[in-house]
Amino acid sequence: MMWVRRHIYAAARLGALVAPLLAANAASAGDEKAGARVFKRCAVCHDVGPKAQHKLGPHLNGIMGRKAGHTDGFVFSKAMKKAGDDGLVWTDKTISEFVKNPRKFVKGTRMTAGALRSADDRANLVAFLRQYSDKPSDIPEAPRTVPPTSPDLDPKIFAVKGDPEYGEYLSSECVSCHLPGKDDKGIPSIAGWGEKDFVAVMHAFKIKKRESPVMQMIAGRLSDEEIASLAAYFAKATK
Amino acid sequence: MTVTRRGFIATAGAVSATLYAPAVLGAARPKAVVIGGGAGGATAARYIAKGAKGAIDVTLIEPTRTYYTCFFSNLYIGGYRSFESLGHSYGKLASDYGVNVVHDWAIGIDRDKKMISLAGGEKVPYDRLIVSPGVDFVDGSVPGWSVSAQNKMPHAYKAGSQTQLLKAQVEAMPENGVYVMVAPPNPYRCPPGPYERISMVAHVLKKTKPKAKILIFDPKPKFSKMALFQEGWENHYKGMIEWVGGDFGKVSEVRPDTMEVVVDGEATKASVCNVVPAMKAGKIAEMGGLTNAKGWCEIVPATLQSRVDENIHVVGDATQNGDMPKSGFAANSQAKVAAMAVRSALTGSKMFPAKFSNTCWSLIDDNDGVKVGASYKPTEEKIAKIDGFISKTGEDAALRKKTYEESLAWYDGITSDMFG
Repeated sequence: MMWVRRHIYAAARLGALVAPLLAANAASAGDEKAGARVFKRCAVCHDVGPKAQHKLGPHLNGIMGRKAGHTDGFVFSKAMKKAGDDGLVWTDKTISEFVKNPRKFVKGTRMTAGALRSADDRANLVAFLRQYSDKPSDIPEAPRTVPPTSPDLDPKIFAVKGDPEYGEYLSSECVSCHLPGKDDKGIPSIAGWGEKDFVAVMHAFKIKKRESPVMQMIAGRLSDEEIASLAAYFAKATK
Repeated sequence: MTVTRRGFIATAGAVSATLYAPAVLGAARPKAVVIGGGAGGATAARYIAKGAKGAIDVTLIEPTRTYYTCFFSNLYIGGYRSFESLGHSYGKLASDYGVNVVHDWAIGIDRDKKMISLAGGEKVPYDRLIVSPGVDFVDGSVPGWSVSAQNKMPHAYKAGSQTQLLKAQVEAMPENGVYVMVAPPNPYRCPPGPYERISMVAHVLKKTKPKAKILIFDPKPKFSKMALFQEGWENHYKGMIEWVGGDFGKVSEVRPDTMEVVVDGEATKASVCNVVPAMKAGKIAEMGGLTNAKGWCEIVPATLQSRVDENIHVVGDATQNGDMPKSGFAANSQAKVAAMAVRSALTGSKMFPAKFSNTCWSLIDDNDGVKVGASYKPTEEKIAKIDGFISKTGEDAALRKKTYEESLAWYDGITSDMFG
């Protein structure tokens, strides 16, 4: 129950995908709850979540995929700014490397936190932060066409039961464009997406809170049951 | 018991190295035959075989061994794609899906006996037939032009040697040459196609022969994505392209021997003349008695069954379906509905409500992609448009680039959906 509510909350709040807990990498992906405990150490200086603001450190909403040292409204160290200009982008890997030894990874950073030595802690922390990002690095999605917007999703859509057989039929329309297992350039691969992510994204298209004329049109005529059926099918689809 | 199992394995091996061994041994499997291996036919064959998992004997009749996609063939003319990248074989349909691919021309359909005649002399029986023959040209629609003149004045409207010829002709144009296109009247395959082609030819000429001109004689007063193309031509190829449309664009005659195009009594000399004649359903549809007075096949929207024969489904360009355009995307979309209907008729599998959609991307210049699309549903009388979208004029470069990248990904998606 908690899990579901949290999931809905994150999706609704960020208008975005939450981490698809793919069976294959669920184990290595870290645990969000444990990550929340790890984050308490960071929370002295960093805020994340609804209404997060810059404190001594920048807020961490939408950290994934962001260029380092360039969040609006925060004054970064020269070192961090330069790291971003030189190409540092925050991903699960770079965040993990950074918190492992901040002052070694970005020499001259003002972040004074000590090293987070445990790999588990780091993975859990990343899993926690990822919930507050609209494009987590492990989510197979092409970059957005517009900034994230709030879809105001009705929580009821996540409770709708889908029929995978119907989903398989409906999926034939998707695979005219979405090629499974490919890189996500141009059009993302959607096989293996988590059901809730799929439902959140499709409903966001449906109510036109997410950009893409093609997807708004496709999602616009799908019923809640049809979206749930597609989600059920694609969650298990590998190709 | 042992014997039975051995028999099963032997049969499975004989069918082909596929997952889809016959489900019922000894019983004759129902036969689905598909004529035409393009976006409609290849998709239909693959989806019937995929869904039936061996319970239906699927045959695909297609004369060419390598299929060159019409979509993206303009990009080959523009230098964005290699010719090879447009070619696809039917190998996976045979090896992975167990489709019996017959490379021959279908030259007749005996609807009473449910039997197809092939040019090679063989007969192929069917229980359900899907006809996806694409288009053929209407004889005499451009006076002076016939297929025997197509080497002088190529149509390049079926991808293959014609496309290669047209590209070579563009490359060989003189400095001050004139490229003339005789555009087709509605309805025709790929509504934005002629204008994307103009863009691609202009892209080549701008780099190699900037003094060359392009002239389009068009019997239509307007065309698909007109504002987008005209804006793009103004931005990228200013002063190079002249479009003459409506009554002023009606060609009274072409003269292949002297490379002249006659409009309103006046002859224009062309260095390259690209004649895209009026179109009708592919000939085999006509031979099978499936076409109406206008030369197209009327269909039942929910199942794509021919209005004249319930055992035959027609998909793609050859249909007169109502609102859907003649495009590879549309054919692929219709084929999936037809495949579901055929499976349901032959094996009793579940019928779901039909849904159709289409998107057509066009490239105007480097990274300047535009698109138009719509969703559709079947009604009693036609496939009716529900909702649609189109790129807007004045869009920023980043969005146009994204649209182009989307089209590249779509190409990989649809060709994999067609050929496996």
